[in-house]
Amino acid sequence: MEPESGTSRSVGVVAVVGNPNVGKTTLFNALTGLNQVTGNYPGVTVERKSGQMKAGGCTAQLIDLPGTYSLAARSPDEMIVVDVLLGQQSGEKPVDAVLAVVDATNLERNLYLVSQVKELGKPIVIALNMTDLAEKRQIVVDAETLAREIGAPVVPICAHKRIGIDSLKQAVIEAVCRGRSDSIDGPEYPKALLDEVAALEKELNARRDTLGRPVQNMEAFRLLVDRGGYAEQRLKHRVPDLLGAPLDERRTRVGFNGSLAAVEARSRYAWIRRIVSAGVRKPSTRITTTSDKIDTYLTHKVYGTLLFALLMATVFQAIFAWASPIMDLVDATFGGLGDWVGGHMSDGVLKSLIVDGIIAGVGSVVIFVPQILILTLFVAILEDCGYMARAAFLMDRLLSKCGLSGQSFIPLLSSFACAIPGIMATRTIANRRDRFATILVAPLMSCSARLPVYTVMIAAFIPAHKIAGGLIGLQGLTLFLMYCLGITIAIPVAWIVKKTLLKGDTPPFLLELPSYKLPQWGTVGRKVYTQGREFLWRAGTIILSISIIVWALSYFPHSQSITQEFDQKRAALEHAVMSDTEREEAVKAIDNEESGAHIHNSYLAAMGHAIEPAVAPLGWDWRIGMAAISSFPAREVVIATMGTIFYIGGEVDENSDNLRTVLQTVERPDGTKLFNIPVALSIMVFFALCCQCGATLAIIRRETRSLRWPLFTFAYMTTLAYVGAMVTYHATTWMGWGA
Amino acid sequence: MHTLNQLRPGDRGVVQGLLGDSSLHQRLQEMGVIEGAEVEVVRIAPLGDPIEIIVQGYHLSLRKAEAAFVEVEQGC
Repeated sequence: MEPESGTSRSVGVVAVVGNPNVGKTTLFNALTGLNQVTGNYPGVTVERKSGQMKAGGCTAQLIDLPGTYSLAARSPDEMIVVDVLLGQQSGEKPVDAVLAVVDATNLERNLYLVSQVKELGKPIVIALNMTDLAEKRQIVVDAETLAREIGAPVVPICAHKRIGIDSLKQAVIEAVCRGRSDSIDGPEYPKALLDEVAALEKELNARRDTLGRPVQNMEAFRLLVDRGGYAEQRLKHRVPDLLGAPLDERRTRVGFNGSLAAVEARSRYAWIRRIVSAGVRKPSTRITTTSDKIDTYLTHKVYGTLLFALLMATVFQAIFAWASPIMDLVDATFGGLGDWVGGHMSDGVLKSLIVDGIIAGVGSVVIFVPQILILTLFVAILEDCGYMARAAFLMDRLLSKCGLSGQSFIPLLSSFACAIPGIMATRTIANRRDRFATILVAPLMSCSARLPVYTVMIAAFIPAHKIAGGLIGLQGLTLFLMYCLGITIAIPVAWIVKKTLLKGDTPPFLLELPSYKLPQWGTVGRKVYTQGREFLWRAGTIILSISIIVWALSYFPHSQSITQEFDQKRAALEHAVMSDTEREEAVKAIDNEESGAHIHNSYLAAMGHAIEPAVAPLGWDWRIGMAAISSFPAREVVIATMGTIFYIGGEVDENSDNLRTVLQTVERPDGTKLFNIPVALSIMVFFALCCQCGATLAIIRRETRSLRWPLFTFAYMTTLAYVGAMVTYHATTWMGWGA
Repeated sequence: MHTLNQLRPGDRGVVQGLLGDSSLHQRLQEMGVIEGAEVEVVRIAPLGDPIEIIVQGYHLSLRKAEAAFVEVEQGC
């Protein structure tokens, strides 16, 4: 091996594999520290994570592959693991060794994947994780015996306590350098099966030119055994004389009623039983763990459901209450910055751009980061401790009636933080139809970018009353109901989509319920940091760009004749008989009038007036309509837009210093208040149901590999939003809430 | 002879095989629901579906419609 960067020698590439919930990512973080890079695999959207592991003067590159129970891939995303391990993933170096992470408390199921990986013939190291949990269950694992029986090093570790990490690093480096696996036998298969696999492998390789690459034995095995699997789906059009119907004939020829998957499972579990009986001692009666006791309550018929609802309500109240002090601080900071910069620049285009366009625009969005981080924190904690699987268990009956599954719960709940990771999380849903239906309704979950709209409207217009004997705040209740709205609408949408566009059989629900664990604060912190950074990045690019564009539309043409008219009025004051205080106030009044005149003469106003007839049924005027339209690329810019429109508008009172107060005072031409409760609710409903997020639509396109689905999503959600807002406005006005 | 969906919380059994012909079989088998495996029904979800079982030493949830494919001999 040649030297790299002077101090450490690069020894090769190691793939990290494991079942979901075994602590693979925690271990990956422990092994690589901050030396991580995140990207995407070409052609699919599985996230690629790699990092440098250093040990004893050597460096290995680790690739953290997605968690999987088996190498029997049913989708392109699942196939990534297979392709990387086989060394045929484009853009990826061939793997030199494999690090398999297994759960010591659940060896039988975990060793299934190990038995498959072992057949690749590469050096393999097994990280025996969660040894502390195994100890609590009085499960005694003899690592040396396991190593001897499996034919690979077995290193006991406890990733979240960083126990055994150094030994593991050393074992991995040694495995890469050794360069070959031991020859201990794996599972035994019927000769008929092995012969058929060998024949298929040979015939496929004879067609190497057509396929464009060689076919390894393991892939031939998967092709034969996995009826309907993705390995066959992607190749059968190239060699229709070998795959498809001819492959079914091969399966029948092997025997076992064509159910070769059963043969595989039986063989692998027989091998596993032999290994476990040799190396593992368990109590004759299963120990009831703390996790089991917790589940007695958290999945209980009554308590479980109540605790679930309570947990969700707590999250919503926390978002509103905890963030307030921090938001006030952010508001004051940006306000102060605007004043300071404004005080050091002369009037003109540049000052207006910087103060009213840039600082006001960014400030209007940054102020909501605290709420986003708090929401993300809750979601990350629930996910990391294992409650998400329980939520899926509790909710599956409900979701499956809508045509979804309990597995949809996690992506949908993640979508409350941000639809983008929520939609990406649907990759764990193996069934295409379940996944697509979930993707199509995920944007209806009120994401963190909707919070700015809800918060401003609720704080400004919903009375701060307590109901139900002082137990429930009306503002908190309104926020909760806005979240329920998206869920309520998603139910019929998912059901209709599943019955029409995505017809087919009901997909299976097979979900492991992992032991509860304390959340790993490093993992949680990383997720919160990433979410916050992504939101700010958007604030710094898309949102800022739109803020500047909207500012420009509202500033120009900035007619000279209007400026001259107000200059004359100010000049007239210099000769008037009045005190300095009176003159100062009169000048401010004229300045406000001038601002109003300019914005009413702006390009934005012209556009707003043009669409006003379309938005009037929602209770809006041209200013709200324009703010909503400008928010289609990214809904969070609506606050910046309204901040720009109303802060520099003539309706702003002298003493108004934040958006909330401005919104409460702005008027229509006839002198009535522009905003009231029905209008505020109308705006919230529109934003709750509309898909105003270019990034989400782009992700839908990537996840579905089609332009059709994002277009459909945009069309159906915009229609829902318009109708919903109109109904809300007229119903609440009719109920007399508009006074 | 019963199917897994017919067992009640606390009941145990041994898997005798999988009924019918379904793509679900491979997933069930990979998760350890194979001939000879011991299963115990731990609980049923509050809404009546899915069920939670212990198989191969870990907790797995599956719908009753899926459990209906699993033939079990009750006992042990």
